[in-house]
Amino acid sequence: MLNYVLGRLLTFIPTFIGVTLISFGFIRALPGDPIVVMAGERGISDERYAELAKQFGYDQPMYVQFWDYLSGVLQGDLGNSFVTKRPVWDEFFSLFPATLELSICAMIFAIALGLPAGVIAAVNRGKFFDRALMSTALIGYSMPIFWWALLLIIVFSGNLEWTPVSGRISLIYYFPDPTGFMLIDSLASGQKGAFASAVRHLILPTIVLGTIPLAVIARQTRSAMLEVLGEDYIRTARAKGMSPTRINAVHALRNALIPVITVIGLSVGTLLAGAILTETIFSWPGIGKWMVDSIFRRDYPVVQGGLLLIAVMVMIVNLTVDMLYGVINPKIRKR
Amino acid sequence: MALNPVVNDPTKIVARPSAFKEFWFYFRENRGAVIGLWIFAVFAFLAFFGPWVAPHDATEQFRAATLQPPVWQEGGNWTHILGTDPLGRDMLSRLIVGARYSFFVGVIVVSIAATGGIIIGLIAGFSPKWVDSIIMRIMDIVLAFPSLLLALVLVAILGPSLTNAMIAIAIVLQPHYVRLTRASVLSERQKDYVVSARVAGAGLGRLMFITVLPNCLAPIIVQAALSFSTAILDAAALGFLGMGAQPPTPEWGTMLAEAREFILRAWWVVTFPGVAILVTVLAINLMGDGLRDALDPKLKRS
Repeated sequence: MLNYVLGRLLTFIPTFIGVTLISFGFIRALPGDPIVVMAGERGISDERYAELAKQFGYDQPMYVQFWDYLSGVLQGDLGNSFVTKRPVWDEFFSLFPATLELSICAMIFAIALGLPAGVIAAVNRGKFFDRALMSTALIGYSMPIFWWALLLIIVFSGNLEWTPVSGRISLIYYFPDPTGFMLIDSLASGQKGAFASAVRHLILPTIVLGTIPLAVIARQTRSAMLEVLGEDYIRTARAKGMSPTRINAVHALRNALIPVITVIGLSVGTLLAGAILTETIFSWPGIGKWMVDSIFRRDYPVVQGGLLLIAVMVMIVNLTVDMLYGVINPKIRKR
Repeated sequence: MALNPVVNDPTKIVARPSAFKEFWFYFRENRGAVIGLWIFAVFAFLAFFGPWVAPHDATEQFRAATLQPPVWQEGGNWTHILGTDPLGRDMLSRLIVGARYSFFVGVIVVSIAATGGIIIGLIAGFSPKWVDSIIMRIMDIVLAFPSLLLALVLVAILGPSLTNAMIAIAIVLQPHYVRLTRASVLSERQKDYVVSARVAGAGLGRLMFITVLPNCLAPIIVQAALSFSTAILDAAALGFLGMGAQPPTPEWGTMLAEAREFILRAWWVVTFPGVAILVTVLAINLMGDGLRDALDPKLKRS
């Protein structure tokens, strides 16, 4: 077991260096001189250019620049944003709770609906419920979520006026945000209606972001359940006269959960990609919207740093899932 | 009622059905897949002949009829069946002509990603362990970035256009093919028929492409169908964010982006392009499910 963990950790290092190299290379090796971009339309004199190049270390050879960058990254220094002049690291972690809150809610939504849907479909295999649920899941899986968001806005914000269109909370509320999680902070503030406002702002983005994971979880649960329901020990349990509910819920679902957990873990990347679209549409002040805005503003240090932090985050989650999987399923360790 | 004498005659040897016939037999069983295939056929037809089928020119602006609702709503008429957009362009014509962008995005992205991925995967599967490790680590690195984000950054650097969007999406999708191909190659390589081909003196190129590759194709074909729909969705998402096809191209995602500000005034300019994307992607995914069931012998029997 220790060997397995160590082995997985060792492969993390070259991947991490590679990811750093890519986010570094995107900015330096490709067209679009960052200093010219920073100077904007006014242009820049040759002396000032040389001065800035020296200041940012662009006059150094490429490998020295990369080494500086890598050692900076390891110390949490990702440079400063061209636009706000604030450190990229600080900006990322001040916006991250918003994305995390949205992602957690989306995942809860997806699991809470996806697991039962998959189980019901598997138990009623081939019958009406199975077909209806799986057709719905396939539609959800094929959904262009940016359009889905617009549709929900038309219906729930435009016609029914149930939910607001953008932001995390109504502007009439103001309170300190020690945790960065709007749901917790609004409750802690004790202001009347703040929590309800936060919840109403959260509903549509949660549905939009959770739709694809929901469909994936439902499909995966169904196929895992079907596989397990064909096993001998299920037949034994039936022969012993156990109630179908107990068989399905305890014996089958428990064993079917292993592949489902993997799918849930691995959908973190999908969730972050979805957050880009969801946050842009709902003006949700998280890292997805921050990245898109920075790309449009050509704020290179932010794009570079954000790309790196997101990739590292995905890698850590995947690594954790891999290890958990090794703990749950001993067969994997031997590979 | 007499049974068919040919079938019952034990002396007659029934020839094994051709691979395609066998595939079609299983594929046809899946009604959803067949429906998907039909929708896809219509989609492909529109991609090739769209401009001749469309009732109007996709870029012609009917200034007298801007934001006209579809025919069944008050104020609509049969000249513009699905209404017009804010510039007075016919929605139906734009959707029909737009089919070709999504179709070719799918075809080109899948061709680039699959060709590159298969070749790299074969190399990884056949080379010594250290080369294999290096290739797979590089693929891990690409996979660490959320696909849409990586595509977005690539397009931002290369410049927003449909071609660059396709290149970016192909790069992002490629590692999946590498992993699939490598995995099947590793399991096929041990088998007797490969060993005997090697003993018979087959060169490395022949072993890779003629002996092993055809036996690895089933999962790759399924992946191709699935990434066709991913490519369409990602290209539309990039278009929606303003990083894909540029206006006035009637690409579906770009149309949605242009229509966004009219979302509460004119539901049809937002609804129809999305329906077009959804139906196309759904049809391809239905087909993909059918392909998987028909090509995967493990699931076939269950």
